[in-house]
Amino acid sequence: MPDLSSLWLTARLALVTTLVLLVIGTPLAWWLAQTRSRFKPVIEALIALPLVLPPTVLGFYLLIAMSPNAPFGGFWLQATGDTLSFSFTGLVIGSVIYSFPFMIQPLQTAFEGPVQQAMRTAASLRAPRLDAFFSVAAPMSIRGFVTAIVLSFAHTLGEFGVVLMVGGNIPDRTRVASIEIYENVETLNYADAHALSLILLIVSFITLFCVFLFNRRFPAHVRL
Amino acid sequence: MTVAVAANFKIALDSLETDFEARTDYKLEAVVGSTGKLYAQITYGAPYDVFLAADQARPIRLVEKDLAAAQSRFTYAFGRLVLWGTDDPAALATSDVKRIAIANPELAPYGKAAKQAISELNLTEATAPKLVLGENVGQAFAFVSTGNAQVGFVSEAQIISLGETEAGLSWRPSADLHDPIAQDAVLLKRAANKAAAIAFMDYLGTEPARDIIAQNGYALP
Repeated sequence: MPDLSSLWLTARLALVTTLVLLVIGTPLAWWLAQTRSRFKPVIEALIALPLVLPPTVLGFYLLIAMSPNAPFGGFWLQATGDTLSFSFTGLVIGSVIYSFPFMIQPLQTAFEGPVQQAMRTAASLRAPRLDAFFSVAAPMSIRGFVTAIVLSFAHTLGEFGVVLMVGGNIPDRTRVASIEIYENVETLNYADAHALSLILLIVSFITLFCVFLFNRRFPAHVRL
Repeated sequence: MTVAVAANFKIALDSLETDFEARTDYKLEAVVGSTGKLYAQITYGAPYDVFLAADQARPIRLVEKDLAAAQSRFTYAFGRLVLWGTDDPAALATSDVKRIAIANPELAPYGKAAKQAISELNLTEATAPKLVLGENVGQAFAFVSTGNAQVGFVSEAQIISLGETEAGLSWRPSADLHDPIAQDAVLLKRAANKAAAIAFMDYLGTEPARDIIAQNGYALP
């Protein structure tokens, strides 16, 4: 029987990453959905980068940035007493960057068009903007939220390259399931590799299946 | 001709390659990894001709599995383990050292030797929360050279490649702190009749090759 702590760690990493992404991704996606700024394409390209970059590029830059010799890594060590590389927090930062487009893009699509129109209507009725967002825009974009949350979660479950480069393979801290599977394969411990792989496969399928099922039930924009 | 080489020996192999190619008409290509990883790949039919391991156990197992030519196996070097980043092993227990990089002991003989040395120094408990594992000794080295780990157990060859001033502080465990790192080479079965691979195995035992190996910080058998 494989050590299941790596699965638990993976789930925690995916959950924390998704929550962080939801908090910073929602306002950013909102801004992108309505802005006419000429910087919009630049921001959009930056956000989409993790889709095309090899994880090793991201991992390499993170390794350098998180080093206590670098300004960011040094500041972190001063402030918290712990290094950012080889820590759970470091993996969260890496995963947030790595899964960024999976949160932003579905949300941005959901916020465009009809939602903006409904918001203008709400504004003409003198509804406060934040109020209108939560009572009009958010419920209308429910499908976008579900897609964004589930894809971010599932994508983080599947993270490997970045963790391999900045994780340091520490049990209960950075040895996530994908790393443990890799190590099991390399040490020819196929029984454990099979068990963990099968669990990840099933969990990932069920997660994605639920999204598609949900999306079938809900139109792209819920009309209120 | 493809040589699967344990990460610690990559630097030495680069020099050997230049010399070997100057002496013969053969071309050499290197595949780098931990000894354990390369071993696993070979058991699954990886197209390598020569295996330069960092231990004896895995070449022996390949011979037993009939994947390597028994009479070809020989010890080409004895590796030297170095603690890099400090000249005093007691520093490992201090709060100045946040992270200690070693190669994964399951996969890499240098990692295994590092674990033995830590245990013989009675530092296992003090260092346990600080250990970070590189996939091989090359990654352990990278963790230290990028400053993410303050110290790490690496190979002498890596330190030599840096040059004395660049390398800074280091400390060498005495021979009784870990098993000798006897590094064996073996000719893989698929290359049993391959002239280039046989020539390289022969070359490894010649004086010029032994000189290069010694210059890279290895002891010779």
